Amino acid sequence: MSSVLTIAGYGLREALRRKVFAVVLLLTVGFLVLFWLANHFLFQNIANISPPVGSGIDARAFAGATIFGLSMFGTLFLGVVLAIFLTLGVVRGDAERGLLQPLIVRPVGRVTLLVARWLGAVAVCAPYVGAVYVATMLITGLTGHWWPDHVVVPGVELAAAVAVVAALSLLGSVFLTSTANGIAVFMIFGAGLVAGLLGTVGHELSSHQLERAAKIAAWLLPFEALYQDGLRQLTSDTTGLTGFLLELGPFGGAYTGGNSVRLWAAAYLLLVIAVAAFGFTRRDL
Amino acid sequence: MAAALAVRGLAKRYGSVEALAGVDLEVREGELVGLLGPNGAGKSTLVKIACGLVRASRGSAEICGLAAGSREARRSVGYLAELFRFPGWYSADEVLQLHQQLTASTGGANERHELLRLVGLADARGRRVEEMSKGMQQRLGVAQALIGSPPLLLLDEPTSALDPVGRRTVRELLEELRSRGISVLLNSHLLSEIELVCDRVAILLRGRLVAEGSPAELARSRGVEIETDDGTRLFEGASREETPRLVGELVAAGRKVYGVRVLTSTLEETYLEAVGGETS
Ligand SMILES: Nc1ncnc2c1ncn2[C@@H]1O[C@H](COP(=O)(O)OP(=O)(O)OP(=O)(O)O)[C@@H](O)[C@H]1O
Ligand SMILES: [Mg+2]
Repeated sequence: MSSVLTIAGYGLREALRRKVFAVVLLLTVGFLVLFWLANHFLFQNIANISPPVGSGIDARAFAGATIFGLSMFGTLFLGVVLAIFLTLGVVRGDAERGLLQPLIVRPVGRVTLLVARWLGAVAVCAPYVGAVYVATMLITGLTGHWWPDHVVVPGVELAAAVAVVAALSLLGSVFLTSTANGIAVFMIFGAGLVAGLLGTVGHELSSHQLERAAKIAAWLLPFEALYQDGLRQLTSDTTGLTGFLLELGPFGGAYTGGNSVRLWAAAYLLLVIAVAAFGFTRRDL
Repeated sequence: MAAALAVRGLAKRYGSVEALAGVDLEVREGELVGLLGPNGAGKSTLVKIACGLVRASRGSAEICGLAAGSREARRSVGYLAELFRFPGWYSADEVLQLHQQLTASTGGANERHELLRLVGLADARGRRVEEMSKGMQQRLGVAQALIGSPPLLLLDEPTSALDPVGRRTVRELLEELRSRGISVLLNSHLLSEIELVCDRVAILLRGRLVAEGSPAELARSRGVEIETDDGTRLFEGASREETPRLVGELVAAGRKVYGVRVLTSTLEETYLEAVGGETS
């Protein structure tokens, strides 16, 4: 247990030193300012906004849910950037620089090291995502007087999505150099977004095949499914057409959700960490 | 009592490269063994298998009777890699503290001070690694390997970046460790260093052990050369003790003797002979 804390602390000190936190803080402040501006102008012109005909929801809820849905994408993106920076070089990157060998010959297991680095990353990313989520909710709530139907669950799901990406990045670090891994994980993240887009396109074109493809992709990349489920939670108690729900996300809508997705995401997380641990224990350093 | 390190039939392939091709080697308790060999001979590979960084393809390696690489075995090993780096933002003292935590060493500040003093870094305790010269980092690496007083030290070229005084410091340190009963496997290209401190020397060539013995055994006499009016004659394998008899025989046979030279081979000559002048 104490070695888990030691290794996790070691990882965080590295991030602090590499100015990861400074960069992320700067990005976050920029994002929140822009988001506040967007809210300000959006709710100023609330009279001009017309929800989809026949949906039976008022303009304020429509505007609030849409812009807050947008912010959730931003929050997820920032959390993913942070998670990737914290984990992209944990195994191969550090081994190539000669940093890993002195640690790994100590009586700390390789699996412990991997899990500790994941916990260290999550210990930073989850509170960060939570803080940005709350900040954006307050911005929308205070400027637009609209609050999501579920306040806690979408935030937790975003944090969980980032934890899944951190695990994928750790898995990649076992096999890829830092740069290659960073690119790979960002591409996987992008693929998740494309899955959401596919769903929207499929919905617009009434193509069930495309919608099914989007669903499969979301299950393969459950961070996307968690994000979509979070979007659903925003307006799940608001009466209105499902069509409205489906178009919430900037990169596609919320087609996938429910408890099965959450369970699957948890299992997926364990699976990714297990595969990473297996690969790491067999690796020559 | 199991040997500190026992390697049997050890082989390792990296893809098509055969780094080790069946090596048997033992480091007994309190023994200082030097491992020599040209670049790429497999010295680092052997050490990496012993400390669990690399998995053997065949054969076995045991540390104090425990399978190399297991957590229990790693408890008994101090390792200095040939290429390593400590995080630049740690101070010397913090590096040692980190490794104390990882080995659950209870030595505290006393152990850290003592180790830094031993490697000649007492004045650089608070200096950050990124502000240290390469040799200072290597000294810190040696101190790091000694954390928790492991019974076996695996040192992969610990003096490659050190100045002559630093080399001497490490040499004295090794002698001190031996007097405490600690076993050491030392990889080095510095034959003179090996000759001075090691109890036993092993020479690796292309993944095979080609010579093994004490420095004195390996640096044996090669023969006697005698210059006569009939030309220079070499008596291969003859020792210094045989010189008077050889000269007497030549004189008795009517030769005029102008000079006599006893050829002793240094460890370097033995090494060059063993590896056939190979550099890689
Ligand atoms: N990770 C690796 N992947 C592939 N081949 C490797 C790897 N590590 C070592 N080798 C090969 O294994 C052989 C032995 O390498 P090793 O590092 O053990 O040599 P060495 O005796 O320590 O040499 P040096 O004196 O240069 O340090 C070399 O041919 C090397 O190219
Ligand atoms: Mg080597």
